[in-house]
Amino acid sequence: MKILVAVKRVIDYNVQIRVKEDGTGVHTDNVKMSTNPPDDNAIEEAVKLKESGKVKEIVAVTVGEEKAQETVRKALAVGADRGIHVKADSYIEPLGIAKILKKVVEKEKPDMVFLGKQAIDDDCNQTGQMLAAILNWPQGTFTSKINLKEKTVEIVREIDEGLETLEINLPAVITCDLRLNEPRFASLPNIMKAKKKPIDQMIAKDLGIDIKNRIQQLKVEEPPKRKSGIKVSSVAELVSKLKNEAKVI
Amino acid sequence: MAREAMEYDVVIVGAGPAGLSTAIKLKKLDSNLNVCVLEKGSEVGAHILSGNVFETKALDELLPNWNNEGSPIKTKVSREKFLFLGKNSSLSWPTWLLPSVQKNHKNYIISLANLCRWLAEQAEKLGVEIFPGFPASEVLYNEDGSVKGVATLDMGLDKEGNKKDTYQEGMELHAKVTVFSEGCRGHLGKQLIKKFNLDEGKNPQQYGIGFKEIWEVSEEQHQEGMIMHTIGWPLDNKTYGGSFIYHAENKQIYFGYVVGLDYKNPYLSPFDEFQRFKTHKAIRKILEGGKRIAFGARALIEGGIQSLPKMFMPGALLIGCDAGTLNMPKIKGSHTAMKSGIVAAEAIFENIKNKADLSIYEKKFKESWAYKELYAARNVKPSFSWGLILGIIFTGIDQILFRGKLPFTLKHKHADHKSLKTANQMPKIEYPKPDGKLTFDKTSSVYLTGTNHTENQPVHLKLKDPNLPINYTLKEYDEPAQRYCPVGVYEIQQDKFVINSQNCIHCKTCDIKEPSQNITWVSPEGGGGPKYGNM
Repeated sequence: MKILVAVKRVIDYNVQIRVKEDGTGVHTDNVKMSTNPPDDNAIEEAVKLKESGKVKEIVAVTVGEEKAQETVRKALAVGADRGIHVKADSYIEPLGIAKILKKVVEKEKPDMVFLGKQAIDDDCNQTGQMLAAILNWPQGTFTSKINLKEKTVEIVREIDEGLETLEINLPAVITCDLRLNEPRFASLPNIMKAKKKPIDQMIAKDLGIDIKNRIQQLKVEEPPKRKSGIKVSSVAELVSKLKNEAKVI
Repeated sequence: MAREAMEYDVVIVGAGPAGLSTAIKLKKLDSNLNVCVLEKGSEVGAHILSGNVFETKALDELLPNWNNEGSPIKTKVSREKFLFLGKNSSLSWPTWLLPSVQKNHKNYIISLANLCRWLAEQAEKLGVEIFPGFPASEVLYNEDGSVKGVATLDMGLDKEGNKKDTYQEGMELHAKVTVFSEGCRGHLGKQLIKKFNLDEGKNPQQYGIGFKEIWEVSEEQHQEGMIMHTIGWPLDNKTYGGSFIYHAENKQIYFGYVVGLDYKNPYLSPFDEFQRFKTHKAIRKILEGGKRIAFGARALIEGGIQSLPKMFMPGALLIGCDAGTLNMPKIKGSHTAMKSGIVAAEAIFENIKNKADLSIYEKKFKESWAYKELYAARNVKPSFSWGLILGIIFTGIDQILFRGKLPFTLKHKHADHKSLKTANQMPKIEYPKPDGKLTFDKTSSVYLTGTNHTENQPVHLKLKDPNLPINYTLKEYDEPAQRYCPVGVYEIQQDKFVINSQNCIHCKTCDIKEPSQNITWVSPEGGGGPKYGNM
C-alpha cells in the first residue's frame, strides 16, 4: 500500500504575525517557517502505518516556492521515502492545490492521500475535501483515529455531537486532526539520511491545469485590540455592568 | 547501552557569528574536512540578538566578496549622535570629541540574526552540516581527560524525566577538535572554564543585560543610517549602562538598552529601566506614533582581556563571546568574535594537518588586530566602577589622549553576582506603569519574542538548593530574580518560588546575577526558546 502525504510550509505557530502596512498580506521575510502542525500528524500516522507493515511507501508532496522543499525534507527525516516538490512562486487557492494534487495522485497512484485537516495560515479547511471531490474518492475529515483494513479504512472523526466512526472504501482522502497522534522528533542521523533521499520537482504552471485564483483578496488587517479588563468591587457592580454596559444579561 | 555516535573532524557548538566563521574558514582551508555545527535555536538566527552596528573587518577577511553575494549588510552609518541624559535635559556631545573607537562612519547597521542566516547559507554551500534544533547538552571526554566531543540532549522527556512516546535518546558527536561558540555565558563553556581552570589568574568576568526593541516609525521620524547612543538617565551615577538607537532600513529603528550586571540595588529592574528610558522627552519624540514590532534580551560579556580565560584546552577551543572577546567601549563584539573564529579555524587546520598544539590558537589570537583592539579598550569598563562621571573623564584621557596605551591595567574587582547589596540597605524603586503604547509590561514583551518550550518537559532552570529562594534570597534581597529576569520567568506566588521556564528567552541573566549562584541555566529541548526574526 502507498500513501501520499501533502505538507504545507507555513509561518511557525509561535511567531507573532505582523500585518503589512498596506494591507496586502503579512510579513514573511526572515520569519521562522515550519510544517503546518496537522500535516506533521499526517506524516506521523503514515510512518506508523509503515512501521506496522501495512504500508510499503510514503511519498511526501508540497506545493510552493523553492524553500518549501525544507518541509518535504523534514517529512523525509521522520520517515517518508521520497518527496515531490511542485514549484509555484505565488499563492494558490485550495482548489488549485487540489487540482495539482490530483495530477500527482494520477502519477503516483496511492491508496490513500493524507493531509492536515487545515492549514494554520489561511485556515481554509478545503483542500482535502476538494481533492476527494475531484478524484471522486471517499473522504474522512478531522480524523482522530485510523484503523487500516484490507480494502477499507475505519476512521474516527470529531463532529459537533461527539465522535463518529466511519468505514470508507479505498482509495480515500483522509484529513488529520491534531489529536491523531504525537509527532516524533527527527533524529540527527535521519536528518542526514533525508538529505540523500530524492525529491522530484514539477512546475505547477507546466501541469496543463487551470490553477488561477478565483478569490479577490480585498484587505488583510489586524483584529481590533482587546480592551484591558477592569476590577469590580462587588457582585452588584458586576451584575449592573453586565446588564447596562456589556448588555449580555 | 552506548549512545549512537557520529564522527567529525570538527564539531562547532552554536551557529552565531563566531562559530559560523570557524566553519566557513575551515572549509576554505580544506574542503575535505568534515565540519558540523549544532544550534539550539529552531533555525539559525532564532536565538541571535544584537544592536548591531557592524564593522566589516573580519568579514572582509573571511568572505571578501560579501558585498556581491546578497549579504544583508546594506545600511551604512551616515550620521552619529551622542547624548548625555539628565532627568529633564539632554546634552549632545560633539562627535569630534568622541574617542576614535566610537566613530562609526565606515560601519553598517545590520540585523545580526539575518547576517547569521546568510553566513549559514554560505557555510552550507561549502559543505558544512548545520543542525538547528539540536542543543549540545553535555561535554564528552576521552580517557586522557581531553575533550572528545559533545552529546545532544535527550528529547521527549516529561517534567519528571520519564520517557514519553516520542522519547529520543541524544547522540554523541565526536571530533578531533570541538569548538565552543555558544555566546555569552554558554552553559558548556562555563563548565569547561571551571574544569580546566581556564580563568585562573584572571579577573572575574563582567556582564551586562541588553534589551532590544524594533520599532516601525513614520517616514518623518526616520533617518536611515543615523545612529545615536546615550548615557545617563534613568540610571544613576553608580550604575553602568546606556542606550543605542539605530535607524535601519524599512523605516525601522533598532532601539536598545544595556545595563551592567554589576548593579547594586536588588530592587533595580533592568527591563523597567529600559521602558522608563523611552519616556525621556528627547527619546519619546523619536518613537511617537511608531509601533513596537519586536522585543528581545540577551546578556553580553564585558570583562575584556582582564577576564578573558585561556581559550584552549586539550581537544577544544573557546571562541567569541563564549570566551569573552567583546570590545566594550566600541560596543561591538561581532567583528572580534568572527576574528576569533577565523583564527580558531587556522589553528585547527594546523592542528589536524601538522599536529600543531592547539595553544597556537591563543598565540595567533594575541597577535591579531582583534586582541590589539581589546588591549587598547581594557581600562574603559573598570573605570566606570568609580561612577559615571569619573569613568567618562578617565575614558576621555585613556582613549583620546593615550589611545589605550596607558602603562597600567585596571582590574575588575568582583563578579557580578557579588555586587548586590541586601534589600534593607537599598531604596525601593517605583517604576511607572506601562502605557501600552510607548512602554510595555513583560507579558506583552515576551509574547513578541515568539518564545516557547514544549509543555511537560524538564525545567531547564535548575536550582542547586530549591529552598534558598524563599528561605534566604527573598528575605535578604527581596528575590531579585523577579526583576532581573527580563521576561518574568521567576515569580513569588504565595510564598512559593515559581519558575515559568516556558517563557525563558535564553538570555542567561539569572545564571549570572543570582547572588548565591543558585540558578543554573541548562539547555532545554531542541527548538525551544525565542524565535527572533530581524534581531
